[in-house]
Amino acid sequence: MASVSIHNLCVRFGANEVIKDLNLDVLEREFLVLLGPSGCGKSTLLHSIAGLIDVSSGRIEIGAQDMTWADPTDRHIGMVFQSYALYPTMTVERNMSFGLRISGKPKAEIERRVKRVAEMLHLQPLLHRKPSQLSGGQRQRVAIGRALVREADVFLFDEPLSNLDAKLRAELRRELKLLHRKLRSTMIYVTHDQVEAMTLATRIVVMYAGKIQQIGAPSEVYEKPENLFVAGFLGAPAMNFLHGRLKPTPDSVRFESEGLSLDVTPYALRAAASQAREVVLGIRPENLLIDAAGEFAGTVSLMEPMGNHHVVWLDFGGTLLSSVVSGAPAFCVDDLVRFTLDVGRISLFDSMSEQRL
Amino acid sequence: MNGNARRRRLTPARIGIYAFLLTAALFFLLPLYIMLVTSFKTMDEIRLGNIFALPVSVTLEPWTTAWSQACTGVNCNGIRGGFWNSVLIAIPSTVLPILLGALNGYALSFWKPRGANVLFAILMMGAFIPVQVMMYPLVRILATLGLFSSLPGIVTVHIIFSMPVMTLLFRNYYLSIPQELFKAARIDGGGFWRIFAQLMLPMSTPMIIVAAIMQVTGVWNDYILGLVFAGRDNLPMTVQLNNVINTTTGERLYNVNMAATILTSMVPLAIYFFSGRWFVRGIAAGAVKG
Repeated sequence: MASVSIHNLCVRFGANEVIKDLNLDVLEREFLVLLGPSGCGKSTLLHSIAGLIDVSSGRIEIGAQDMTWADPTDRHIGMVFQSYALYPTMTVERNMSFGLRISGKPKAEIERRVKRVAEMLHLQPLLHRKPSQLSGGQRQRVAIGRALVREADVFLFDEPLSNLDAKLRAELRRELKLLHRKLRSTMIYVTHDQVEAMTLATRIVVMYAGKIQQIGAPSEVYEKPENLFVAGFLGAPAMNFLHGRLKPTPDSVRFESEGLSLDVTPYALRAAASQAREVVLGIRPENLLIDAAGEFAGTVSLMEPMGNHHVVWLDFGGTLLSSVVSGAPAFCVDDLVRFTLDVGRISLFDSMSEQRL
Repeated sequence: MNGNARRRRLTPARIGIYAFLLTAALFFLLPLYIMLVTSFKTMDEIRLGNIFALPVSVTLEPWTTAWSQACTGVNCNGIRGGFWNSVLIAIPSTVLPILLGALNGYALSFWKPRGANVLFAILMMGAFIPVQVMMYPLVRILATLGLFSSLPGIVTVHIIFSMPVMTLLFRNYYLSIPQELFKAARIDGGGFWRIFAQLMLPMSTPMIIVAAIMQVTGVWNDYILGLVFAGRDNLPMTVQLNNVINTTTGERLYNVNMAATILTSMVPLAIYFFSGRWFVRGIAAGAVKG
């Protein structure tokens, strides 16, 4: 078990700066998820931790040892790739034992470790098969197993579930979570799938354009996004945004926009508002409640049945707002419905800096 | 039934295609037919001039003569010596270029040393310089090294001239292998040689087969390099065949010449015959990703 800390890391490919002055501390035994859209630098960050990409400047420490220029072999890491990257000419058993054989571990030790991991991942019946004789889910389990037998200090996962179908993905996601609980080892996991991030992580790092946007527990990142990017990236359907003005009066604070005026006094502003300013109000679909006694009204323009809930899209003065309704809705498309906003769960952002207020 | 009938119906276009293919096949097979037929005839029969006729009395004598008694210059030991020379040249000239080409391709596509692309471009340029240009300098170099007119000499020359194609073949093959595989092996602790020997080489079986086919046929069919660099004791079969045909004492032994030619072309012919599928695959692999 080891912690990983990254100081002032920069990675450039030619003139293209993929990671800009990044600092990150990964705690021992934590499941850290790097989340972001494609091209945000999350995979690059993971690969530089693994030592597969040369960094331009900065420091990478693994287990309090400077590993910035260490060979991937010497970093005590195990890594799982999106494309499984199993050695096609070797059986499952030899795939898993390849690294141990290279490091010259005694035969009995190799056998013991492979057996233990194979039991953990239910791979015993597959040990003598070649990768081409396995299904996608089995291949990824073998890839995970190959990383685990190394008994590394840190495990790195590079979008390991992206190539699997939805059902298998959910299944392996659960297995991974159980595995982390059992092993209690440090894991760094890259994904663009927010469901994976929310379910697996002890902490999520949201990245965009080579920079960390927010670090926090899943609920924290979801409930209190640090800026507009994080707010818009997490959640499906996405958070609703309303552009307007924040108007402080001596005893209350009001949010005002076209056709909507809302008392937002309960909102915990980071700095007391002294004067009116342009803001963006964000509210999650599940906090936009359809309610016959609501103060606002919109026309239902679309309904998406999701089985256990419906996503209702409301036309509110030209802006489309989404709402999540559980159970069967009592209205149809084109009906005028009333709704309220749960003021306790809104987010306010400065429209210039896009930062949370 | 209906669909089957439609598929079998001969349209004029189809008849045209078959006619063309048939003529082309006949055109290319005709020389082989004449050679085979002639090689089984006696000289008396050949003198009658019916080159298309089947032999009346089949004789194997021209074949045994060609193999063990035909005269190449002043020696009359047949072309079997040339056969074994060619085998001795072809084996190292196939194994070594494949290993070196695979190693080159592996280093270029996975380790990407500084200037790898420039290096590769220069190597490729080498493929476009005619052999004749390099002949004399090579003779001088090998003479200085004491390798001229020897088996190691001719093998060295074959290795040099095969490097561009072998490297290209393996480089393109390795570029089609996901980088992640290499990265996984790096994390597992594999170094340069171990990843090559235990992971990449075993994965290269299809390319090795293709490269071996190309190299064996190329080396076997080579004439000029063998003539210049092999030296008197190691002359390959092609050179000896030429000597057999050019050595005449009185009568020109067409049947022996034909038999000797077929014997010489037997190895490439057999390779094409048994491995056409692999050969085409290799050509395609080399061509698609330039």
